[in-house]
Parts: sequence; structure tokens; C-alpha cells
Amino acid sequence: MKLLYLIIPLAPLVGAIVAGLFGRVVGRAGAHVVTIAGVLVSLVASYMVFEDVRAGHVFNGPVYTWLLSGNARFDVGFLIDSLTATMMLVVTFVSLMVHIYTIGYMADDPGYQRFFSYISLFTFAMLMLVMSNNFLQLFFGWEAVGLVSYLLIGFWYTRPTAIYANLKAFLVNRVGDFGFLLGIGLVLAQFGSLDYATVFQAVPHKATATISLWGSQPWPLLDVIGILLFIGAMGKSAQFPLHVWLPDSMEGPTPISALIHAATMVTAGIFLVARMSPIYELAETALSFILVIGAITALFMGFLGIVQNDIKRVVAYSTLSQLGYMTVALGASAYPIAIFHLTTHAFFKALLFLAAGSVIMGVHHNQDIRYMGGLRRYMPITWITALIGSLALIGTPFLSGFYSKDSIIEAVAQSHLPGAGFAHFAVLAGVFVTAFYSFRMYFLVFHGKERFDQQPHDDQAHHGHDDAHHGQPHESSWVVWVPLVALAIPSLLIGGVAIGPMLFGDWFNGAIRVTEHHEAMAHLREEFEGPVAMGMHAFTSAPFWLAVGGVALAWLLYLARPTWPAAIAARVGGLHRLLLNKYYFDEIYGFVFAGGARGLGHAFWRFGDVAVIDGLLVNGTARGVGWLSGAVRRFQSGLIYHYAFTMIIGVFVLLTFWFVGQR
Amino acid sequence: MTGLPLLSLAIWVPIVGGVIVLVAGAGNNAHRARWIALLVALAGFLVSLPLATGFETYGHSMQFVEKASWIERYHVDYHLGIDGISLLLILLNGLTTILVVIAGWRVIDTRVEQYMAAFLVMSGLMNGVFAALDGLLFYVFFEATLIPLFIVIGVWGGPNRVYAAIKFFLYTLFGSLLMLIALVYLYNASGGSFALADWYRLPLPMGAQTLVFIAFLVAFAVKVPMWPVHTWLPDAHVEAPTGGSVVLAAIALKLGGYGFLRFSLPIVPDASHALSGLMIALSLIAVIYIGLVALVQTDMKKLIAYSSISHMGFVTLGLFLFNRIGVEGAVIQMISHGFVSGALFLSVGVLYDRMHSRQIADYGGVVDRMPLFASFFMLFAMANAGLPGTSGFVGEFMVIMGAVQSNFWIGFAAATTLVFGAAYTLWMFKRVVFGAVANGNVAELADLEWREIVLMVILAVAVMGMGLYPAPFNAILEAPVSDLLLHLDRSKLP
Repeated sequence: MKLLYLIIPLAPLVGAIVAGLFGRVVGRAGAHVVTIAGVLVSLVASYMVFEDVRAGHVFNGPVYTWLLSGNARFDVGFLIDSLTATMMLVVTFVSLMVHIYTIGYMADDPGYQRFFSYISLFTFAMLMLVMSNNFLQLFFGWEAVGLVSYLLIGFWYTRPTAIYANLKAFLVNRVGDFGFLLGIGLVLAQFGSLDYATVFQAVPHKATATISLWGSQPWPLLDVIGILLFIGAMGKSAQFPLHVWLPDSMEGPTPISALIHAATMVTAGIFLVARMSPIYELAETALSFILVIGAITALFMGFLGIVQNDIKRVVAYSTLSQLGYMTVALGASAYPIAIFHLTTHAFFKALLFLAAGSVIMGVHHNQDIRYMGGLRRYMPITWITALIGSLALIGTPFLSGFYSKDSIIEAVAQSHLPGAGFAHFAVLAGVFVTAFYSFRMYFLVFHGKERFDQQPHDDQAHHGHDDAHHGQPHESSWVVWVPLVALAIPSLLIGGVAIGPMLFGDWFNGAIRVTEHHEAMAHLREEFEGPVAMGMHAFTSAPFWLAVGGVALAWLLYLARPTWPAAIAARVGGLHRLLLNKYYFDEIYGFVFAGGARGLGHAFWRFGDVAVIDGLLVNGTARGVGWLSGAVRRFQSGLIYHYAFTMIIGVFVLLTFWFVGQR
Repeated sequence: MTGLPLLSLAIWVPIVGGVIVLVAGAGNNAHRARWIALLVALAGFLVSLPLATGFETYGHSMQFVEKASWIERYHVDYHLGIDGISLLLILLNGLTTILVVIAGWRVIDTRVEQYMAAFLVMSGLMNGVFAALDGLLFYVFFEATLIPLFIVIGVWGGPNRVYAAIKFFLYTLFGSLLMLIALVYLYNASGGSFALADWYRLPLPMGAQTLVFIAFLVAFAVKVPMWPVHTWLPDAHVEAPTGGSVVLAAIALKLGGYGFLRFSLPIVPDASHALSGLMIALSLIAVIYIGLVALVQTDMKKLIAYSSISHMGFVTLGLFLFNRIGVEGAVIQMISHGFVSGALFLSVGVLYDRMHSRQIADYGGVVDRMPLFASFFMLFAMANAGLPGTSGFVGEFMVIMGAVQSNFWIGFAAATTLVFGAAYTLWMFKRVVFGAVANGNVAELADLEWREIVLMVILAVAVMGMGLYPAPFNAILEAPVSDLLLHLDRSKLP
């Protein structure tokens, strides 16, 4: 069995190495065959493991010892339980779809092999992350997926925006990792181990432990650890205020936006908190913090989706907002629901991104939704699948997103932590916002007047595409639409099928710990009467009508009265500008952090190193010695009478001393 | 264990070989000089390999000990022996010597035999430093290493080489003179012995300990280099030829860290404890202040030089945390820094050989013409940024863990390197490697040739090997670090 676990991450790694190092030898077809084979093996093996875990087999064991320092042992090892198995299945399935899709999307790109190598490498890293049985390997995978994300955002390395975005993504993530690593340091210092099982077993004994960080003020240890670890999650899962890198990451090719920046990597932070539930359950301040951060992200990032015109950026802000929903669920101690939403979201958001990519190809690499419209006639498969994805996203009853999102809203209503009230309001209002921006995009792209020939000739550089073949939009080839269909099916069905076992069965028992007085899950379990009843009940609930309202408003503004949006935007100019400029976060960060660091660096360098240390001390000493020797040199003039005069004075001084001494 | 005097061989094979190169290559016979130099470098590395294979991993005493009387009248001995720390540094030194010989193969075309001989002699002397168990012998080797490096910078260096060479020489000489005074004091205090083992047992009052500590501190801090005595390093690096930079970064800086381990901590433990706050503060200044200075450099070599200082801050920080993971991390960081900074200086050398510029602004879009080089450079840049899976992560991780264990805020300050290290390294990388081809010169760049590929592959294997499986390295350190911590625990106040 252990061999099977090893095969799962290593199969994509082998694919990545072959496609990366021997890309020229195996050729384009060779590269996609070998990487797809690797991921397919991984998916099949993950399914076998999934079934095995369902049968009750949990595995926890080391592969090798990475480092041994005194009593501290750092292993590379696997923990295979229901949480891991769920993640493995999601990751490998979406990854396989994206691999297949890439054959079509990257068909004319000169970096074809390199791209396949990167996405397989990513799959390896992501699997190592979720399969880890300790904090250190988690951090390994964490940074490794960050690296691949960096490489892929900057995949078109000649585009200035792309290489700016990837640097930004890496550095913002590093800010999160800074907190994460300190959290790991505290865990090691306090528990003497980084092994999950060891730490989680010892956590209850530290429930009331404190640590003094500032003066003598004691801080609850687990809250401090929890918040530090969550700062890492905020970086990777793009939570406010570390969200700024995700929209820019859309500079990367669309397949990776689907795989990395929607379905898998950005959910690593959600996974992290769910994995650490034994710690967070005893850290209520940390939970409150998570709740508020998630709520801010869910609502305020959703607003930004409303004013975006780049099809990928709309989906990106939607991702931010949905990640906020998952975070809110974590804060409400509803970890299973967070993972459930993570799963459904992985399918429908990957679907939406891939559909967006299909649209982009169909209209010859235009990404501006103002110059689309009416595409449903030209791209029927893309249209239907995108509609399914959008409906799932806004929480249409019986579709997958409905079950997970409604559960989150219900769970938050049950939480009594400080901040829960705000969070509940945010996720409810978020439903309306989500429906509005989703269908704004949907209507602009697929319905209404055909505007794809109105685009002013574009200043947007695209990856070496000479846009010579402008013409009618066209449906994409089968390698593109097959993944769309394959993702549309779970987007429709997975919610109703999985909600029972995942949330209210005993699937996550043992993997996720919830203390008794956090009763959100228990409350939902009592109320739950099956997926059909839940869907029927929805028609009389607030979220459903909020969603309907959002869709109706989008219809009104973008289909019925298309001149209104501009008029409204002009009316609320200040607000509109605020949204267009993304609340000015980029400008503020750029000025304060990037500018501040450079300013300090210049000051330290010019003043500290060059002026004081080198100028004053080092060369100053040299000059001082030079001056002194210059002065002394004057005595050695080579003139006899100078020497004679000096001698006389010397004798005089000596004699004086001698006589004075005699007395 | 063989009966051969392995340590003596590791010291004298390169030195004698260097003299042979000097003689054989004289009269413009550059070709012969290169090949003999390569053979000598390989031989030097090979004779140090039995040290590794025959090493008793968890042995607590010095191994491969050789002892002979040298200056009988003053009880100075030719006394050699190594523990795990020395072993790792000797191996790193042997490997680096091979690399610099290959690196200078084509670029150096004047006085080739002298260039090669200087590096070979230096390699032997460095081994002497790491193996000496006698204070005076250590001092002689320690000082002697200055000369070849001085010559390398002064003769084959850039336009401002004389200023840099003299600055380097005087700076370090100034430091080591104070060390000589301390050594003589210890000789007298111990009743006429230069043996380190005797000094380890020597009780000393606090005042004397403090003075001895400061004398050592000045000598070693200049070498490391620690803030504020670091300003010689960027100048030396900028002017030095590639090989000089590589040896300087990979080996010469290690003399400082090694000195703290071998002298300051075990000989004057009470003063070390008393002054650890100062040492930690200076180390953290190195990490943060120097990290920010590195960010704004416009010259690649200067940037890497500052980055080097910042990373060496982790060495001194780890040493003065006085906990196991911190001290072990410091040694691991020394070895890793040897690989990573050596690799980065080689990478810059590759670019410099083609473009004759070190200015970041002269580059851009290198990946388009040199994809293979860009891949290696990326690996080394990521290692410099401390990415897990590379050696650069291991030492930093261990030191940060040790720091949090000792005080959260020390760990906090140290961990800022996660951001700063990534910022200055990757920002440089972005400007040099990514982007559209910046100018005609870049457009004409040719990718790596086989000789350069060999260098890059060796270093890439080292960087990744140590990153993915550092356990064997750390196992070697267990016994010497335990001994060191024991020394630190025992007060030597009379």
C-alpha cells in the first residue's frame, strides 16, 4: 500500500522531469502523452486510495528522515485520511482535465513542453502538500506550489506585466510564509515535534498555556500559533489584505488560472486550517480573526468583480470572494463545509476558467467582455457549460454550489464568536453580488448584441499571436470541450451526491476535530433531511431570492437597458473609481512597502555603508594615518641644520626632564 | 583507517602541486599549466575523500590526528586533527578548488600558471586552517591564506583592483593582529601551551575572557564579515575575477564562522554568554540592514556580495543562540552558502565573460538566448531565496527554528529574510533574465558551453542534494556540536 502512496505524487513528477529536461527529445506529443499518463496514473491511484480510506484504512507513516537534530526529527511522510483522500481526488481530477485542455489551448505556443512540465510539477508539489503528515513537508509543498505558480504566471516572460505579476505573487506569498514559518517555529519550540499526530495529541494539554510576547502580557499560546499559521493561509489563499497578487496572476495562461489560481493551490490555505482543526478548535480568538478576514474577502472582493471588463479578472475576483466564503466556514468551525465548498468550487470554478479560455480562443485572443456578446450561437458547448458553471456558482438550488454555499450561510448563522454577525451579513450580501457579477459577465459574453468586431485595434500584446486570422468566433476543438463537459457534470451533481456523506455522515471523523460547544455542524446535521428537501426548502429562503435579484438586475442593466450602467457609473464616480482601482491597495503597497524598502536600502547604503563606515571610519582612518605620516615626514627634510636644530631641542627637553626629576 | 597522514596530504598536495604548476607552466605554457592545475585540484580533492569514508560519524574525539614538534622551544606543535565541522569544510574546499580551476580555464589568459598556483596553494592553506589543533599553527595558516587571495584580486582583478586588494588586506590583517595578541595571552595563561585542547580547559576570569573574546571577535567578524566591518567584501568581490569571488565567498568567509566555533565559544564561554546579545544584534542587523542594502544595488556582483553578508548573518546568529538546532543550522548554512554563493558568482561570471558588464541595467531577456543558463541561474537564485528543497533553506530554517526557541522576536527578525531574500534575488533575476531581449549585446549571447555546464551541474547536484536530504550532513555535526554545547554549559570562571 505504501508503494501506491508513493506512486501518486511521483508519477506526475516523472512526467514533469521527462517533459522538462528531455522536451526536445520527446517532442510536443511526447511531452503531453507522458505528463497526461503520469497524472492519469495518479488519478486512478488516488481513487483506489479514496475507496480504501472509505473502507476505513487510515495511513500515517514516514518515507524518510529528512533531518535529525537532537530529539527533533523531521520526516517526509504521508498521512492518508479522508481529508487527504478528498483533496487528492480533487487535485488529480482537475489536473487531468487541465492537462487535456492544454493540448488545445497551448497548441501554437513555443513553450509547449515547458508548460506541461510545469503543470505536472505543480501536481506533484500539490500532492506532497496535501499528503504530508507533518508541518515541515506541508511547508515544502507550500513553497513548491508557490514556485510553480511563479514560473507559470511568468510563463510568457517577455511580457512586462507577466514578470511583474509573478514577482509580486511570490513576494506577497512570502509575507504570508513569514507568518507561517514563525508559527511552525512556535509549534516546534512548544511541542518538540512537527509531526501532526504528536502535536495534535498534545494540543489539549496546552489549551490554557500562554506565552509572553510583549512585556509581561500573557497571550494564549494556541491563539498565537493559530493566527501565525493562518497568516500563511492568507497569503496562499489570497485573503484580505494579502489578496493583491491573485488578480494579477491572471497574466498566466488560462489553464493554470483554472488549475492553480482557482481549483487547487489557492485552496491550500483552506486545507491548512481544516487540517489544523485540533489547534483552531481551542483558539477562539484565532477563529474570530479568520471569520472576519474571510467575511471581508467574501464581500469586498465580490464588489470588485462588478466593474472588471477582462473576462479572466471577473472570474478571478469571484475566486477571491469564494475563498472568503470558505474561510468564513472555517471560522465558524464548520471545517467539513469549507472542504465541501472547496470541492464543489474546484469543479465549477475550473469549469468557468476553462470556459473563459475557450471563449478567449473563440474570439481570437480577446479578453474584454465589452467586445463579445451573442457568442451562444457560435460556441454552443462552451455556452451551455459556462451557464452550468455560473448557475452552480451563484447557488442555484440542486446544483453543487447551492449545497455548499447554503450550508456555509447556515453555519455562520449558528456561530456565536465575535464577528459572526458581520460575517453572516457579508455572506448573505455576497450572494446578491455574486449573482450580479456572474450574470453580468454571462450576459455580456453569450447574449445580447454581437460586438466582437467593434474592438479598437488592440494594444494588448499577446503571446506571439499575430492576429491575422480575425473572423467569426468558433467553437473550440474537442480537447477543449471534453474537459468542459467533464467538469460540468460534477458541477451539476456533486453537491447533492456528496452533501450527505461529507457533511453529515462520518466521513471526516478522525480527520477533523470539532469541540462540542461549537455547534454549527451539529445544528445543521439535525436540520438536514436529505438533499432534495434542502433544495425544495431553498425556494422560500433569503439566499435564493437574493441570487434571483442579482441575476435580474444583471439582466436589466446589461440586456434590457444596456445604456444604464455607464450612466450609473458616472453618477457615483468616486465609488466607481474606488472599485476600478481595487481600493488603491496596489498603489498603497507599492508606495509604502516597495518604495519604503528601497528608500531604506538606499539610506542604509549611501549613509551607513558609504558615508559613515567607509568614508568616515575606514578611509577616514587611512586618511588620518596618511596625514600623520605626512606631518612626521616633514622632520625628515634632509637638511643638516633642521636635524641639528631638532637635536638641540631634544637635548634641551631631556635635560629639563632630568633636572626636574632630580629635584 | 590507513596509516597515511591524510590531513598532511590534504594540505601539502595542493601546495606542492601549486609550486609544480608554477614551474611547469612558466614561459607562457598556459595549456600545460591548466591541465596540471586541474590534475592537482582533483588530486587534492581525492586525498580528502578518505577523510570522509574513514570518518567515524558519531566519534567525539578529533580524528586523523597527526602531531609532531614544530618549534620545540616554545612548545609549538604541528598538530592536526578534524571533527565533523572541519571535515565538511575541507570537502567543500576541495570541491571549490576544482570548480575555480575549471572556471578560470579560458577567461584567464595572462600568467595562467601563477593564477592557478595561487588557488592551489590557497586550497592547501585553507585545509591547514580547518585541521590545525595548535593555536600558532592555526594563526600561520589563517594569515597565509590572505596572500594568495590578495594576489588574485590585485593582479587579475578589475579596474579598481588595487584599492580593493589593499582594503581587503589591511582590513583583515588589522583583525588578525588582535587575535595574535589573544593567542600569546592564552599561551602565557596556560603556562606555555598553544594546544587548543589545553585552552579549552583553561579557567579564566571574566575580565580576561571578555578581552580575549573581543580580540577574537575583531579578527573573525572581519572575515565573516559582520556588520559594521563588512565594507571590504563588496569591493573585493566586485574587483576580483570570478574564481576569486567564488573562493572568497565559498571558503574564505568560512574562516570567520569556523574561528568562532573553534576559539571564541569553547575557550571563553562565559564571555560568549555575556556578549551573546551583542552578537545576536549584529547578526540581525546583517540580515535586515544588509538585506535592504542588497535590494538597491545596481551591480550584480555587489548585490550578491551583500546577499552573502546577509546570509552569513545567519551563521553568526545560529552560533550565538547556544541551542543545538541553531548551532547545527549555522554550520549547515556555512556549507550551503558555499554552494549557493559560489554558484551565483559563477553565474554572474558566465554573463560577465560574454558581456563584460556587471550592471543589471545592461541586461534583460537573457532567457531568450540562454535558456539552459537561465534554468540553472533560476535554481541558484531560488536557493539564495531559501526555497525548500534547496540547500539554502536548510540552514535558514534551522536557525529560525532555533531563534524562535530562544526568543520569538529574534526569530521574527530573522524570518524577515524570507521576504527580503526573495525580494532582492528575484528582482535582480527578473531584470536580468526575464523580459524582452534588451539590446543587441544580449541578442548575441550564446548559451552555456560544456565546461560551464559541468560547473553548473556539479553545483546544482550539491544544492539540491543537500536540500532534499540534509540528514547525513547533520549527522556528522552531532558529536562536535554536542561537545561545543557542553563547553558552553560549563563556566570557566576560576
